[in-house]
Amino acid sequence: MTSVDLTGFQTPGRGRGVLDVFNHGYLLRLLIRKGTATRYRNSVLGWTWSYVKPAAQFFIYYFVMGVVLQFHRDVENFAIYLFAGVVAINLFNEAFGNATHSIVDNRALVRKIYLPRELFPISTIIIALIHFLPQVAILLLACILVGWTPTFLSLGAFVIGLVIVLMMSLGLGLLFGALNVRYRDAQNFVEIIRMLSTWASPVLYTIAMVQATLPEWAFRIYMLNPLTTAVELFHYAFWAPTTTTPTDTLAPSIVGDVFLSLGICAVLIVIGQIVFRRFERSFAQDL
Amino acid sequence: MSDTLTQKRPSIIVEGVRKTFQIRHTHSMKEAFISRIKRKQVGSTPYNALDDVTFSVAEGESVAVLGFNGSGKSTLLKLVSGVLEPDAGRVLTRGRVAGLIEVGAGFHPELSGRENVYLNAAILGMNKAEIDERFDRIVEFSEIGEFIDQEVKHYSSGMFLRLAFSVAIHVELDVLLVDEILSVGDAPFRKKCTEKIHELAQAGKTMLIVSHNMAMVQELCERGVVIRKGKKVFDGPIAEAVEAMNAK
Repeated sequence: MTSVDLTGFQTPGRGRGVLDVFNHGYLLRLLIRKGTATRYRNSVLGWTWSYVKPAAQFFIYYFVMGVVLQFHRDVENFAIYLFAGVVAINLFNEAFGNATHSIVDNRALVRKIYLPRELFPISTIIIALIHFLPQVAILLLACILVGWTPTFLSLGAFVIGLVIVLMMSLGLGLLFGALNVRYRDAQNFVEIIRMLSTWASPVLYTIAMVQATLPEWAFRIYMLNPLTTAVELFHYAFWAPTTTTPTDTLAPSIVGDVFLSLGICAVLIVIGQIVFRRFERSFAQDL
Repeated sequence: MSDTLTQKRPSIIVEGVRKTFQIRHTHSMKEAFISRIKRKQVGSTPYNALDDVTFSVAEGESVAVLGFNGSGKSTLLKLVSGVLEPDAGRVLTRGRVAGLIEVGAGFHPELSGRENVYLNAAILGMNKAEIDERFDRIVEFSEIGEFIDQEVKHYSSGMFLRLAFSVAIHVELDVLLVDEILSVGDAPFRKKCTEKIHELAQAGKTMLIVSHNMAMVQELCERGVVIRKGKKVFDGPIAEAVEAMNAK
């Protein structure tokens, strides 16, 4: 039998990983549509929840940090500073959390039909991106009200910040989504990461305060977090143009940070993909 | 096997395949860690669902996989469909493989019948143009009629299965895997399904069928592979295969 000509044969169940998204575009679109269409089924307010939740979160942060702790004296336009960071972290939390649960949530499919499993985390990340857009719209509205005008540089900063958040969600999402199939501990660990993410980047405080408090080496470590760079880019895009002295509160070496963060995110995606591949072999029997 | 069939290139090659399931002792990182410290078994107790199974299916051939419950038949189909990967040996397929295996796995109860047809057909590997082209035939075959725009959760279980089956059977394919599916719906619909599978066999599609229904298997297939406790014990003409299967 070994003498058979093997051209044209494939090994079933072997995809090309994340790259399979490109030749499954139609399926990906349908999965995204399913996710967005069924998300707020049977709820009266529907999509309004995508506005209500971040609004509630924003007001409590603003009340505690801005009013009680008097941050708005130190940071000009503190409300916009705060909201720009909050939307970035919300996107990460939503995308990362969804991606972690995506394989287990689709167990019916994963166990019975082969399709590139990377489609599940990727589609949930895109769904998170769709739910993030209304929040950006509100942020933009607020910015325009205080005299923000878009520049090429600020839009560029926004897009790069977005790319960093999405890449990081994908890398970590692949990693923990795959681990979660065999070890459900992963999702609890992810909850901790999501809880800390708001506090580990300069959302509620400014980077200058961190630099003043931490020793040099600890600040370096702090700055390695790609989310910090992303939040700073969002600040740069939306908040900085509305203030008079933005440089005091932004990261000292933002350009270098961008490249470093993109590099870290790329490494995370590679690690995530390798682990995903390794665990994918036993998804169907572990679920 | 007749001579004309052996001369054709195979569509499915299963070569020395072993599938081992681990009967797991630990289910969390903590348990795994503690077990390792205590030098207890961590993964352990392997169980061979399939052991060194080798056969191939020629293009256009219909082969039945026979065996009692737990013999490893369904595992074999899952290996061919790509849901599982073998631990040793290799499985190779040629052309588009589709399965009538647990139809309806991708259905979402909150979506309408129409949306589910598109979603599931795409999951089974079709693109938009192919689905558009087949949509009317899928609905007609399922006999769902005007309910197609209703949410699937309002369907009766029979309607649900008919629609799911109809989507699966209309997938563009070269190789069809069938797992004990022809218990779907009422007698007239079952008959229709069997006819449809006949039609596909006539059209030269390659088939690998798992069933306990000996009458149907003898009607559809010319060759049978008997699996007992994960090992292949017979491979040959279907009538002899059925005898071999009932021998013990």
